Amino acid sequence: MIRKNARVISNLKGDVLEAAIVGEIDHHGAFLLRDELDDAMIAARPKCVNLNLSCVDFMDSSGLGVIMGRKTTADKIGAEFKLINPTTRVARIIELAGLGKVVTIEYKDSKKGETE
Amino acid sequence: MKNNCINKLQLTLPALSVNESAARAIVSAFCAQLNPTIEEIADIKCAVSEAVTNCIVHAYREKQGDIYITVRIFDSRTVKIEIKDKGCGIEDTELVKTPLYTTDQSGERSGMGFAVMESFMDRLVLKSVPGKYTKVTLSKKLSPLELS
Repeated sequence: MIRKNARVISNLKGDVLEAAIVGEIDHHGAFLLRDELDDAMIAARPKCVNLNLSCVDFMDSSGLGVIMGRKTTADKIGAEFKLINPTTRVARIIELAGLGKVVTIEYKDSKKGETE
Repeated sequence: MKNNCINKLQLTLPALSVNESAARAIVSAFCAQLNPTIEEIADIKCAVSEAVTNCIVHAYREKQGDIYITVRIFDSRTVKIEIKDKGCGIEDTELVKTPLYTTDQSGERSGMGFAVMESFMDRLVLKSVPGKYTKVTLSKKLSPLELS
C-alpha cells in the first residue's frame, strides 16, 4: 500500500475546474498527484484550471515538477491554468524557480470569490 | 570562538520515497532542541527533503541502497546535516548544482534541488566519487534565542 501524504479535491464549476492539493507535495506523493490531477483535467476538459495551493503544508522542488507538468497538460487540452493562493513557503519556492513568469498566480478571498 | 559539537544524530534509512517524510520529520525534531524559528525549521525540512530525494531518484537507480544522515548540533547554534549515499556518484559536481539541470528524462523533475538547498541553508558542500559515494553537507546557523 502506498502511503499518501497528499490528496486532491476537485470540483467542476461550469467551465472551471477547481482543484486543491491538501497535504505535502514531495517526490513520494508527486506521481499520485500527477495522475489524479491529469485524470480530472482530461475528464473535465475545462476552459480554466484553478489549482489551489492554500492547504499545502509542505512543498519541495518536486512540487515545481508537479505544477509545470500540470500546466503542460492544461496547454494540451487548451485550458487556462492558474495557481490560487499559494502559501508563503510555496510562493517562495515558486519564485526561486522563476515560475511566476511562466504560470499565472492569483490571490483570492475564498469567501467573496473575488480576485484581490 | 566556541564551536563545539554538543549533540549528534545518526540515521540510516533505505532510499525509498516513503522515507522522505520521515527523514524531514526526524531531522527537524532533532533540531528543535535549539528552538529554531518556524521559518528556520521549514528551511531545514525542505533542504533535507531535496538531498534525500536526490539519493532516492539518482543515487541507486535500479538497485537498493541506504541513505546515511548525520546531524550535528554546535554550541554556536549551527546545525550541520550530512546526507550521504553509496550510489553511482556524480561526475561533474559543479554541473549538477546548476539550476534547472537534471539528468531526469521524464520531464517531471525541475532540476531545482541544489538551488533550493543553497537558498535555504547557509552553506552546501557537495563531494562525490563516481561509483562510490555522494555526500551533501548542509550548514545553517540559527538566529540567536530571544530573551523574553
